[in-house]
Amino acid sequence: MSTTTRVVDTVQRAATTPDIEQPWADLGVKADEYARIREILGRRPTSAELAMYSVMWSEHCSYKSSKVHLRQFGDKQPKTDALLVGIGENAGVVDVGDGWAVTFKVESHNHPSYIEPYQGAATGVGGIVRDILAMGARPIAVMDSLRFGAPSHPDTTRVVSGIVAGVGGYGNCLGLPNIGGEAVFDPCYQGNPLVNALCVGAMRHEDIHLAKASGVGNLVVLYGARTGGDGIGGVSVLASESFDATGPAKRPAVQVGDPFMEKLLIECTLAMFQAHLVEGIQDLGGAGLSCATSELASNGDGGMRIHLERVPLRDATLTPEEILMSESQERMMAVVRPENIEAFMDICRRWDVIATVVGEVTDGTHLQVFWHDDLIVDVPPRTVAHDGPVYNRPFSRPQWLDARQADEPTAEKLPRPKTGEELRDALLSLLGSANLSSREWITSQYDRYVLGNTVLAMPDDAGIVRIDESSQRGIAVSLDCNSRFGALDPYLGAQLALSEAYRNVAVTGATPLAITDCLNFGSPEDPAVMWQFAEAVRGLADGCLELGTPVTGGNVSLYNQTGETAIHPTPVVGVLGVIDDVRTRVSIKGGRIGDVVLLLGTTAEEIAGGEWLHVAYGHIGGMPPQVNLAAEMALASLIRAVREHLTSAHDVSDGGLAIALAELVLRNDYGLSVQLPLQTEAFIALFSESVARAVVTVTVADVDAVMAAAAAAGVECTPIGHVTSDAALDIAGCFRLEVEQMRQPWQAALPAIMA
Amino acid sequence: MARILVTVMLKPEILDPQGAAVRNALGRLGLTGVNDVRQGKQFVIELDGDLDADRDALLHKLAAELLANPVIEDYRLEVDAQATA
Repeated sequence: MSTTTRVVDTVQRAATTPDIEQPWADLGVKADEYARIREILGRRPTSAELAMYSVMWSEHCSYKSSKVHLRQFGDKQPKTDALLVGIGENAGVVDVGDGWAVTFKVESHNHPSYIEPYQGAATGVGGIVRDILAMGARPIAVMDSLRFGAPSHPDTTRVVSGIVAGVGGYGNCLGLPNIGGEAVFDPCYQGNPLVNALCVGAMRHEDIHLAKASGVGNLVVLYGARTGGDGIGGVSVLASESFDATGPAKRPAVQVGDPFMEKLLIECTLAMFQAHLVEGIQDLGGAGLSCATSELASNGDGGMRIHLERVPLRDATLTPEEILMSESQERMMAVVRPENIEAFMDICRRWDVIATVVGEVTDGTHLQVFWHDDLIVDVPPRTVAHDGPVYNRPFSRPQWLDARQADEPTAEKLPRPKTGEELRDALLSLLGSANLSSREWITSQYDRYVLGNTVLAMPDDAGIVRIDESSQRGIAVSLDCNSRFGALDPYLGAQLALSEAYRNVAVTGATPLAITDCLNFGSPEDPAVMWQFAEAVRGLADGCLELGTPVTGGNVSLYNQTGETAIHPTPVVGVLGVIDDVRTRVSIKGGRIGDVVLLLGTTAEEIAGGEWLHVAYGHIGGMPPQVNLAAEMALASLIRAVREHLTSAHDVSDGGLAIALAELVLRNDYGLSVQLPLQTEAFIALFSESVARAVVTVTVADVDAVMAAAAAAGVECTPIGHVTSDAALDIAGCFRLEVEQMRQPWQAALPAIMA
Repeated sequence: MARILVTVMLKPEILDPQGAAVRNALGRLGLTGVNDVRQGKQFVIELDGDLDADRDALLHKLAAELLANPVIEDYRLEVDAQATA
């Protein structure tokens, strides 16, 4: 930054000193981008303008590498009446009936969480909550999808304990229930852990707010925390450069979150909405004031003038460039009519929130920023916020993928368990594995029931909350991805993530409505990675079109790689569903002695990319399970139709039927006596990860009705056993495991990793 | 015997929500003119024998990397002369 010079670099000075050397390269701006900025402005940018462009044109803010692919989410958007606000706003909004709307979004905070796990994860939660708030909604729940390096690596415990404590600390202090998510360990995330945080908010249709500044003379108000040196350059430097082996070279001040401030911000903002005092609103996240001012102005119909010296500071030595780039947390920007400003300020005072009028909407076309009397920014806001560079980066299918896909995990090459004892040991090793063991060490650090509306939370398949205490209407959300599937085939991998999240929501009896996605990939400058990204987006867009669930928004995180090694393609998908009456949901909890266990769906020999193969051999090869979205839809509507007959329902996914059955026993402390279908090899029946399957329990009297409904829906339905009182999983002809034999490794695994 | 005091504070540019809460409380409870409050922690380490150069160097290293989080905190190390025989 130009902190060495105290000369204010004004627009006038920029016009008269065209040849001054500017540190554009240090700010991550490419030569052609710098040339384009000069072309747009017809002069060199001032240092403040350069700061704004650099941060807004970074990969993180501009989506310059991903934009050309993301357009498919719009082009292939399924016809639906449920979508009230689509991609492009802070978050998408979905109609859930009765005049209620729900907004939800998942966003990454990966790189900051590697550098400082606690604060990185905490501010990740804080950021997504403000996104939801900015749409006009009351945040009602959060979820988190986490990925860490190898359990045995010495750095893993630092990262896990910091991130989990950060997610829990921030969410718990805010008083938001954390209703689920996932936590996965894989060596590919060693130097690149992933923190994807999701927030859901509810509002009445008429309360939807948008980020735009209109109405000449309206005031621009900055409210919330003071501005400090947090994360200066964080967005462009932290999020757009890969870490090299020697560790992060640049260390801007880490953003520190203050959840109690955020809580005040939530209540204060909701009070303003209720009093109709806000014309437009935007949260301050990555790129801080640069982003908020340029996006508000760009979405509006006029210009905007900002007086930067009015911004309340925590650190009086900050330069104007630093104030524009600061990522201090817990700040919002609102556009307010002059006649409402007193009422607005009253509400801020009541909540002890600092609010300052920092500017106004003008009848011009430019965003102008003043530092005292000097004009230091004078730009067309669209060129900063929306018309950034767009790259058509080269992408090509990597050569090595053919060899990987041909490397099928055959029984000859990788011997499989055959005898009952071998199958039993395989199940025990999966139950005690880092990815399938009990998540309780993590979820017990999260408040899952605060606010009193939580119906289902971890360890259920999906989280369900009532949208309001006055209603029985609920929403169900699940976040899923198996990145090994993506490593085998990114197109199918993205569809399998969608497929699983859809199923998790559907097995509760909810109707899936819409999705959000967080696309985590390596460097877009690598054509192989870019191809993986393009394929995943294509897969997701095609899948959403088939399922009729539009993508409402989300986030792209690139450069998740250390040196030449990228993470597995990790397209995390969040599916949102609605359930009219939460009292009619089904879950893994339930089933009475004597109930019949039915396996819904069809099992094929599909183990590549699956958990058994990962635990037994760490093998990455072959083709992932076949995608069958029509079968997912059939399964979903079947479960919805017969849900009053089901005493419990659980999806079959990671680890196959064996894990699904073991989880039922572990959750319900009853026994299951199971006869596997004779036509399938026991190993395949137990550990294959074929899609569109679920295990349900029904009373004996209801078996015929459910089987008839399944036949009508075209879903294969196989009675495989019944619920017993002897607290053991008994697979006839294979093995018998007492519940305590399974519980021991299942509960011990995560605490042992963290010890 | 040597007694060493290691004081760990958030770096000045890092937000300190706890310190800010204490600052507000002090004002509320009648103390006027409170400009700023920063909250940190102190480690009191007692060693057998003298603090020789080797142990001093190691202590500095551990203070910087273990006692403080180098990403967000600074440390100050001092020998408590009164308690050090």
